[in-house]
Amino acid sequence: MTEMTLLGAVTDALRTEMRNDDRVVVFGEDVGKKGGVFGATDGIQSEFGETRCFDTPLSECGIIGTAVGMAVYGIRPIAEIQFMDFIYPAFDQIVSEAAKMRYRSGGEYTCPMVIRTPYGGGIRGGHYHSQSSEAYFCHTPGLKVVIPSTAADTKGLLISSIRDEDPVMFLEPKRIYRTHKGEVPDGEHVVPLGKGRVAREGTDCTIVAWGAMVGICEKAADEAAKQGKSIEIIDPRSLVPLDEELILESVKKTGRCLVVYEAPKSCSFGSEIAAIVAEKAIEYLEGPVARVGGFDTPFPYSLEHLYMPDVRRVLKGIEKTFTW
Amino acid sequence: MATQRKPRRQKAAPKKAAKKGATKKKAAAASADDSQLLTVVAPDGTADAADVDLSDERKLYLYETMVRAREFDRRMLMLQRQGRIGFYGPILGQEAATIGSVAAFEARDWVFPALREGAAAMMRGLPLEIAIAQLIGNDLDRCKGRQMPCHYTFKEGNYYGMSSVIGTQISHAAGAAMAAKIRGDDVVIGGYMGDGATSANDFHAGMNFAAVAKAPCVFICQNNQWAISVPSSQQSNSETIAIKADAYGMPWRRVDGNDVLAVYQATKEAVEFARAGNGPMFLELVTYRRLGHSSSDDPTRYRDEAEVKDWEKRDPVERFRRYLEGEGLWNEDKEAELQDAIAREVNDAIKAAEKGGPTPPEDLITDVYDEPTMQLREQLRDALED
Repeated sequence: MTEMTLLGAVTDALRTEMRNDDRVVVFGEDVGKKGGVFGATDGIQSEFGETRCFDTPLSECGIIGTAVGMAVYGIRPIAEIQFMDFIYPAFDQIVSEAAKMRYRSGGEYTCPMVIRTPYGGGIRGGHYHSQSSEAYFCHTPGLKVVIPSTAADTKGLLISSIRDEDPVMFLEPKRIYRTHKGEVPDGEHVVPLGKGRVAREGTDCTIVAWGAMVGICEKAADEAAKQGKSIEIIDPRSLVPLDEELILESVKKTGRCLVVYEAPKSCSFGSEIAAIVAEKAIEYLEGPVARVGGFDTPFPYSLEHLYMPDVRRVLKGIEKTFTW
Repeated sequence: MATQRKPRRQKAAPKKAAKKGATKKKAAAASADDSQLLTVVAPDGTADAADVDLSDERKLYLYETMVRAREFDRRMLMLQRQGRIGFYGPILGQEAATIGSVAAFEARDWVFPALREGAAAMMRGLPLEIAIAQLIGNDLDRCKGRQMPCHYTFKEGNYYGMSSVIGTQISHAAGAAMAAKIRGDDVVIGGYMGDGATSANDFHAGMNFAAVAKAPCVFICQNNQWAISVPSSQQSNSETIAIKADAYGMPWRRVDGNDVLAVYQATKEAVEFARAGNGPMFLELVTYRRLGHSSSDDPTRYRDEAEVKDWEKRDPVERFRRYLEGEGLWNEDKEAELQDAIAREVNDAIKAAEKGGPTPPEDLITDVYDEPTMQLREQLRDALED
């Protein structure tokens, strides 16, 4: 075990899997000599050379389009999109091509690739360096969507994503890139996609949260405990495939459910979780399913503190599941 | 020998000719400067034999393949009119461009097609009846009935299965070529597109990435002058499509796309150029779409039929037949025999394809992922339950 940041765990996973599989290549804007704008690919080019870790022209559409061609050809591309806010020029390639490759060719061609991208707010990034647009991709059949919240999971989930036979969106919560530290197993470490984790055990209310929101909810749970409420926190780890069973088991036990996420509140993946709970566990509910999310606005700059779910708003959300 | 010529940049069309071509009243910007096109066989069938580096056997293969593609097209359009298939995108008039270029690649080289390269799947070994099953969408279809007609896939033949989105395959071709280079494989990628696709994002991205990476790719634009109802003169203000390659530092050639030998020769040289590690090359094959965009399109609504008649005179199949006759390789008896054999072959293939049954309900949820998710299984179970 080595203690490392969430960001360090990204690098460790890349290095581990590139040593393990010579088909794996890493590319994107500034990932080579510079090692990425956040440093996620620091030292990768010097260890693996310019053939396996290289800078590309500045075109997200080209980065993902060529990644699709590489995956179809038979190597394992890991494409970095510098900020998730800049992914939209590549949206067509992700949605129309990568996601549909296996299905449209009757399984003849597949598209095993990873798109790594930092996402989420809390870094004073304004509209274009803060968005959480996971819902677009969760809505697209054929994609897997993975979001880690700890350093150990980052390594284990990223390695699983690289080994996966389908295209994976690997969304990295940049707000906790360096603030989160944890023990990470050395060498081989695999966390399967589709298996969530109980981040905190409790008995009175289930919170489902992912990415940087898990830490906020843990703090809120500490506060709630002072008021005598025992909160269970479920981190799904991957939104697609989703570990429904784990969420439903927890809700059936606690009788309450709150979903916390950074994305705009409406039509979010949090809305989907609320719907699943309403469909499959309504007879166990002691109160309404509640959602605490971002606002249905573009991501703000000055009022970011109000937009982002924080401990106060999560506590209010918990309260809604008790009083109605 | 022509194959030993080093591919070089052609001079762009003279300004005068280009201006005439850019009047935007006709589709045929290209016809204004035909003299600039690389041509081997003249429309009357005469040719300078010294320019042709191809065995008689291969020439006859090219001809037979063109005749088969034409008959296939004719019959599939009939099936569509009879309601036996839902849609069809014919290539009438473009047989030389598709077949001459694909034939210039080695079998290990990959083809990333657009809509008018379906004949390439069959050249790479896709049986006719399986191609027709794709058009029907039954359980004999390799795509499992999941795509509209004309979206063939044939991995064993390194023939890629395209989407319907215009231009996306250009970046895929670039990426595959980058991957081939990374792996050190002796493989060249053929990236096809139509004239409309040269306006799409992926044209710029794919051309740029391939050129920067010096990837072994030959980009081939079949300029058939029409993107559904929009003529190439309204697609771009560029003098030609080919000169766009200059912006990427990529050599290009502009070829008479209705001359199968010129297409073959130019492609062969471009493939050799890419295979030798010189990076990508771009070919503009100037041809003409004589029918509608697809079986759903009526071109009489937007273009002058006189233009179509003009291009009928430059028919690629007849032109090549005249050449073969002139060379003493072909005659009326052989023609009748071939027509007969191909008609039977296509008939048999239609019969075999129509024996396929409906696709099973499970095909709805398989191949979304390597394994169907719990949610997908539940959705199918719910839908099928009484």
